[in-house]
Order: sequence, then C-alpha cells, then structure tokens
Amino acid sequence: MKDIFEGSEAVARTIKACRVGVISAYPITPQTRIVEFLARMVAEGELKARFLNVESEHSAASVVLGASATGARAYSATSSQGFILMAEVLYNIAGLRLPLVLTVANRALSAPINIWNDHQDSLTLRDAGWIQFYGESIQEVCDLHIQAYRISEDPRILLPVMVCMDGYILTHGHEVVDIPEPEEVDRFLPPYKPVHVLDVDNPVSMGLLAGPESYMETRYAIHKTMEEALEIIPEVAKEFEKIFGRKSGGLIEAYRVEDADRVIVGMGSMMGTVKEIVDELREEGERVGALKVITHRPFPGKAIYQALRKVKEIAVLEKAISLGSWAPLCGEIKALFQGKEENPQISGFVIGLGGRDITPENIRDIFLKWKGKVVEAEFVNLNPEIVGKGAEK
Amino acid sequence: MRVKITAEPGSTMAVETGSWRMEVKPKFLQKNCIACRLCYLVCPEGCIEGKEKNTYHTDYRYCKGCGLCAYICPKEDIVMVKEEEKV
Repeated sequence: MKDIFEGSEAVARTIKACRVGVISAYPITPQTRIVEFLARMVAEGELKARFLNVESEHSAASVVLGASATGARAYSATSSQGFILMAEVLYNIAGLRLPLVLTVANRALSAPINIWNDHQDSLTLRDAGWIQFYGESIQEVCDLHIQAYRISEDPRILLPVMVCMDGYILTHGHEVVDIPEPEEVDRFLPPYKPVHVLDVDNPVSMGLLAGPESYMETRYAIHKTMEEALEIIPEVAKEFEKIFGRKSGGLIEAYRVEDADRVIVGMGSMMGTVKEIVDELREEGERVGALKVITHRPFPGKAIYQALRKVKEIAVLEKAISLGSWAPLCGEIKALFQGKEENPQISGFVIGLGGRDITPENIRDIFLKWKGKVVEAEFVNLNPEIVGKGAEK
Repeated sequence: MRVKITAEPGSTMAVETGSWRMEVKPKFLQKNCIACRLCYLVCPEGCIEGKEKNTYHTDYRYCKGCGLCAYICPKEDIVMVKEEEKV
C-alpha cells in the first residue's frame, strides 16, 4: 500500500507484514509510537501476535530472546538509555545465534538527558555480534526491516539484526511510503525455520558455559559469519529489488563518486542532505560525491575502499564520537588505507549530536571551507557562547 | 560459520560441581534438628534433602560449601568443618 505515513507507523505496518509472532518492548522516546501502533494492531486482532508488556528494556530483550529460542519470529524496538539497558541481553542474543530484528530509533545518551537524535546509542554496541543497518529514508528503513528478517533467519547467518533509524527525523517524519502487503512479503520472506530450538519434547541446553578451551571458537564463528554476510547482504538486496521493484539495502550507496575529488562519508538521514549538496556543487563545477554506509556491521571495508580509492579528500561525518579518540567510523575508514598505495586525506567531523540541525550550509562548508585541510574530530557548528568565554575552567 | 553452541540437557546433574568447594563443608549434626526446613529452603544448589527431624543432609557431589545452611539453622545443628574432616 502506497500512502503518506509517519515513520513509526510505516515501520509498525512493515513488521505486521513480516508476520511477526512475538513482540515485547518498553516505551521510550522516540521509539514509543512504533510499539504503540503494534500494540493497537494486536489488541484489535489485526495482527495475530503476542504482545508482552514488561517492566524494562532488559526484560523486553529477554522476552524476545526466549521467543526466538522457541522458534518464533520476534521483534522489539528501543532507543538510547533503553538500548544500553538491553545491552547485556543483546550480547547474549548474538552469542546464542538467535535470529531477531530490533529497531533502534536513534537518540543521544545521557547525561545530560536529551531525547533527540544522534547515533551514539547504537554505535556503542557495534562489537556485539549484531548486524547493523542504517536507513536514510522511511522507505529504506521499512525495506531494511524486511531484508533484516530474511538475513537474520538465513541458516548461513543466524545472527540478530538491528535496523537503525534516526529518531524524530525518520520516526516522526512523514513520507510517501510503499509498504508491501503480508502476501507480497511472503514471496520474499518464507516462514521462519529455526535451526536449533527450545522444545520440551526434544530438550537441549542453550547458553552453557564455554571455558578457555572453546569460548574463543564461538567468537571466531560469529566473526567468520559476519565476513560471509558481506556476500549474502547484497544478494538479498538484489532479490528484494527483483520482487519489489526498487533498490534498497546492500552494503553501501556510492553517489557520484566515480570522478570525485572530494567525498563525504556518512550514515542515515543526513545523507539525503549531503546528496542534495553534491548535486548543487556539481552544477557549480565542483567534483564532489557522497558515500552512504548502509551496512555498518559487518563493516564493508572492501566495498568502501573500492569506491573511494581514487578520491583525494574524504570527510567522514558522524553523529557520534568515541570520546578521546576519533569518531568510530572515521577511525575505520583511516585504517582501510593503511599500507595502501592510495593515500587520500581523511578528515573526521562530529555533527548533529543531541539533535542539533545538520544544515545544507554545514555540508557546503565541509566541502568548500575545509578543502585541503585535515582535521581529526572537528565538532561542527559549536556554540561559541557555551564553549568559549562561558566555559567553566 | 557456526560451532556447536547447544548441548544435551541435564548438565546440572551430570556435572558434579561439588569439586568447586573450597576449604569448608557443612556437617549436619542431626541432634537438635526440628525439621524447620530452612536449610533446605536457602540452599542455592537445591542439594539438601530430609523429611523427619534429624534426617536432613546435603549431597556433597553438588554442595559448594557456601555455609548458608549453617548460618540459617536456628538450632545450630549444622556446622562448617574443614574439607578433610570425615562426616
């Protein structure tokens, strides 16, 4: 069905179309609307699923862990503090090799408390063994959810997937979205066939102790699976395109980078603004491009390197910072060129933390004013009144 | 790639974790026991059994020697003794 939808409703309708069996979540801004829509669908009998109300995100994650272990297709969604409260369980879900899809409505972390968007929450768990997707538009986020179930449940993968969408910008923004009916999704996403399942008639133990003689191998297996996923994720995106008629998902999107001298790399909704500015600057004769990282874990290093190897200057824009180091993606892009013949200038910019607007002017400045200069973790658009004379000594 | 991460059920019984016990173990004197069952209730391993007065005892194949049974016993009828002591 093609209509104007609020992002949260579009995600809820997509989850319904994926015929999810168990949902558990705890409300937190800006995720709340997604699970409210789903709770209503279940209450009104529109979606035949169990919706379990719980007392915290830790419990919500535990419920969907258990549901997945019994062979149900399960779903949860969260943001920010709720996400990091889930952290302990999220590591377990990956370690247990349980398929699951989690929506992260990206929001800043406390303190100070801030309910607006950045990527600091989901990036804290980049090493947890979850596949991570970042969507640019509501349509892309919806499509990524459908692909996420397919990838997560693939017997070659069996890892959970988190689909990250910018809080407010995508959760509360409205857009024309094409949401497939459940019958259409069936053609792409077959019923979930669990590989190992908790079943009282055929009991197994899950999550047992692994000592120094076997723990490391379980980590190696996840790491190898992540590498294998780099082949499978583009395959799934291709099949999605064949069935639904639109390109969505995959590892990266390279936008006008073929002959570009300078490229901005980033994730999520800000890449829409970046592509607009790329088009404007191209008309003004600047050879600029954009590279959107869709799959953040597994890290598509080869694809990014191939796309960027002829570029002279790279600016990595991130709604996150590893405090005391580079922003996380910037460090990884730098590592890609270590020991290579190509030696582009790589700069890191921290932008839009806690919901600060990322304006077209900010992007123009990064392309034009910073030309030829290297910065490590440059905070864009700081308020000089707060960090200048007003700063406490 | 996957490695085996599930196992046969029932490992709690199969693996005799009493070997983790260090230094001390409970000794059930079975003299002043009133069968209040507190030792049975607090045992984190669930390895204490008994029915009548002065019949309560622990299964040393699983007992970790935590001492909670001796601590809770209102009649001081359970004492912690050195591991090497015969009970």
